[in-house]
Amino acid sequence: MADLIYNIAAIIALAGIVLSFVRLILGPTAADRAVALDGMTIIAISLIVFIAYYSNRVIYLDVAIVYGLISFIGIIAIARYLERGI
Amino acid sequence: MELLGAIVTLIGSLFLFLGAVGIFRMPDVYNRMQAGTKATTLGSILFLIGIGVGHYECGCLGKLILLIMFIIFTNPISSNALARAAHFAGVKLTKLSVKDDLAEDGLEKGEEK
Repeated sequence: MADLIYNIAAIIALAGIVLSFVRLILGPTAADRAVALDGMTIIAISLIVFIAYYSNRVIYLDVAIVYGLISFIGIIAIARYLERGI
Repeated sequence: MELLGAIVTLIGSLFLFLGAVGIFRMPDVYNRMQAGTKATTLGSILFLIGIGVGHYECGCLGKLILLIMFIIFTNPISSNALARAAHFAGVKLTKLSVKDDLAEDGLEKGEEK
């Protein structure tokens, strides 16, 4: 029962990634794409943690932490680039 | 205990999905940013808490709390930087918006207060 609910939750979060990806393709400006990428990253961190427990490998939690760090630095770099150029 | 964690995870995933719907449907960049950031922050916190409560026998709740604190601290910072960059890059607001305080302050591009 609990495993079924966990799987349904993961599928719903995956649908969120698909919607954000549509916005990433459609978005009229570069800022729209960056916002969609930010949302996709946050949902992907949650899904990585889900996969860590689904496959019983604790080491994937470190992957989630490092992914969050790198995405934060990447978004900050994109924002600096949009504001005044590299 | 596992069922409780599963239900919290389901609520969190609903918040994540609603955040993605907000990113998809809102009219301009700033509304998308507001919907996306707030809903996905709350949703990911609930998702991680649900998984950590449901599988508490693993003994790695510390890493999950570290990840939650990291998301709480960094998500508003990146959203704020993106909103500021979009405003100074000249992205227009939607026609429905009624107030623009940053433009009324008269800051030029890239100027610090």
